[in-house]
Amino acid sequence: MKTKLSLTQKAALLSLLLFGVILLVWQLATLPEAKAVAADVDPEYAALMGGGSAGSASSFPGPLAMAQTLWDKLSDPFYDNGPNDKGIGIQLAYSLARVLAGFLMAAAVAIPLGFAIGNSRVFYQALNPYVQVLKPISPLAWMPLALYTIKDASLSAIFVIFICSLWPMLINTAHGVAGVRRDWLDVSRTLEVNPLRKAFRVILPAAAPTILTGMRISMGIAWLVIVAAEMLVGGTGIGYFVWNEWNNLSITNVLFAIFMIGIVGLALDSIFGVLEKRVAYQE
Amino acid sequence: MSDSKPHPFLAVENLSRDYPSPTGGVDVTVFDHVNFHIDKGEFICITGHSGCGKSTILNILAGLDAASSGNVFMDGREVSGPSLDRGVIFQSHALMPWLTVLENVSFAVKSRWPGWSRQKVRDHAMYYIELVGLKGAEHKKPAQLSGGMKQRVGIARAFSIEPKMLLMDEPFGALDALTRGVIQDELLKICAETQQTVFMITHDVDEAILLSDRIMLMSNGPHARIAEIVGNTLPRPRERSTIHKHPHYYPIRNHMVDFLVSRSKRYGSLREAPDAPSTPSVFEASALQAREQAPATKPCAGKSHIHLVNA
Repeated sequence: MKTKLSLTQKAALLSLLLFGVILLVWQLATLPEAKAVAADVDPEYAALMGGGSAGSASSFPGPLAMAQTLWDKLSDPFYDNGPNDKGIGIQLAYSLARVLAGFLMAAAVAIPLGFAIGNSRVFYQALNPYVQVLKPISPLAWMPLALYTIKDASLSAIFVIFICSLWPMLINTAHGVAGVRRDWLDVSRTLEVNPLRKAFRVILPAAAPTILTGMRISMGIAWLVIVAAEMLVGGTGIGYFVWNEWNNLSITNVLFAIFMIGIVGLALDSIFGVLEKRVAYQE
Repeated sequence: MSDSKPHPFLAVENLSRDYPSPTGGVDVTVFDHVNFHIDKGEFICITGHSGCGKSTILNILAGLDAASSGNVFMDGREVSGPSLDRGVIFQSHALMPWLTVLENVSFAVKSRWPGWSRQKVRDHAMYYIELVGLKGAEHKKPAQLSGGMKQRVGIARAFSIEPKMLLMDEPFGALDALTRGVIQDELLKICAETQQTVFMITHDVDEAILLSDRIMLMSNGPHARIAEIVGNTLPRPRERSTIHKHPHYYPIRNHMVDFLVSRSKRYGSLREAPDAPSTPSVFEASALQAREQAPATKPCAGKSHIHLVNA
């Protein structure tokens, strides 16, 4: 007992404690309002007895019911029983595919364009006003235009992802490229490095940390926006799932979806965290 | 040193450089009427106060900067841009921090000989890494190296492309005195082996005497000039430990220090007009020695009669 705990151990302990407190408060807050069932009675047992929370369908689920849902849904993530009843894995895969498609298209545009803007003052000044005006527009505001022109709901969602992930990547790439140290460019000039080799072997690695940060921000925004976009376009995806379950008044499933959105968002962010670390360099 | 006059290896003719005035008036001429030549295998040091345009001259020689007027010829051809024929060692070492030592040098080798195999590039790079004493550190990133080691990588990189000429912009300015001494010795050794032609900027009088064949002294700007050229008559090979015992050492050193302390400021005012042409005076310690004759045993007393030579 006398051994000193490391910082991470202390933090982990505190995290666990916090988790326990949240569960307890949650449990207390969702106790069936009436009398009958005590807190330590298994809800399933209570349900069998014909009382407790099972009585009112719309009530907020307690932690145990939630755990049950989590277990059920995650043990069979890929079932498909028609348009309104698909496994969570399938819904997430749809959302991820849209995010990935929009994100990659944005990267394909933003990184070369950012290179051009970062390399040329003229380009920078010419394009800056457009970027400044277009950047603050909520990506969802593009939805009607996209639906009108593309005439396909799923593609419109991808377009919205494209437009929202474009700006952070574009701006960061331009900044990263413009900020490449003069010395490194002078070295490649004295070595008569051709423009393509210079772009890939000098400018790209020099600007990579800044570009990766832009990609990370873009991915974060894309994952935020996809939920809202899918609520609008419907059909498939985690956003549609949330909306559908709200229409079913299944708060348990909504909560479950919220939880999954958070977990996937965290995973996406950590992937970019790892990539960022890989291209980072110390001067 | 130079017996084949008609075709110097490097010729600089009437170089000048104007910069826009910071206050928005007429352009400021940092230096003008700069003329000099360098022979093959010669080691030239240039020194002068900050702002006289030394670095600009070096950048023009490198092709990284353009002159306002005048020309630079190397090997009979005009210098109009950067070239692999002229290696540059930057004061800030300018290593790419995301590459290892070996990759930094290999990048240069690969640029010089794009057709070489991976193995050949590697072997060639390793040869120069060993030459500067960095064997064993080739897989380290620059951030893991000390300042002296980084500059050694810079030297290895510049030598690895086997340029016709080496340009060094105060390469050891950021190093501590001990490290500087060690690297100077190594540079001296490598230059002797490779017969490299070198143009080097330095603020260090002793460094210039140790390394160079001739030392060019620049007056202060604006309208800076190459005011004096000092022939370094100390015999090679030179040793740091014994060089100051040679009778020419202190006359040369005192001459340079006097220039930097007092004559460099006055030089501009000796002309009838700021932009009038001027020719550098030449200082040879041997001539001084001959005139002095008998009391040559006390070299430190050289200070007083240097002025006679330069009057």
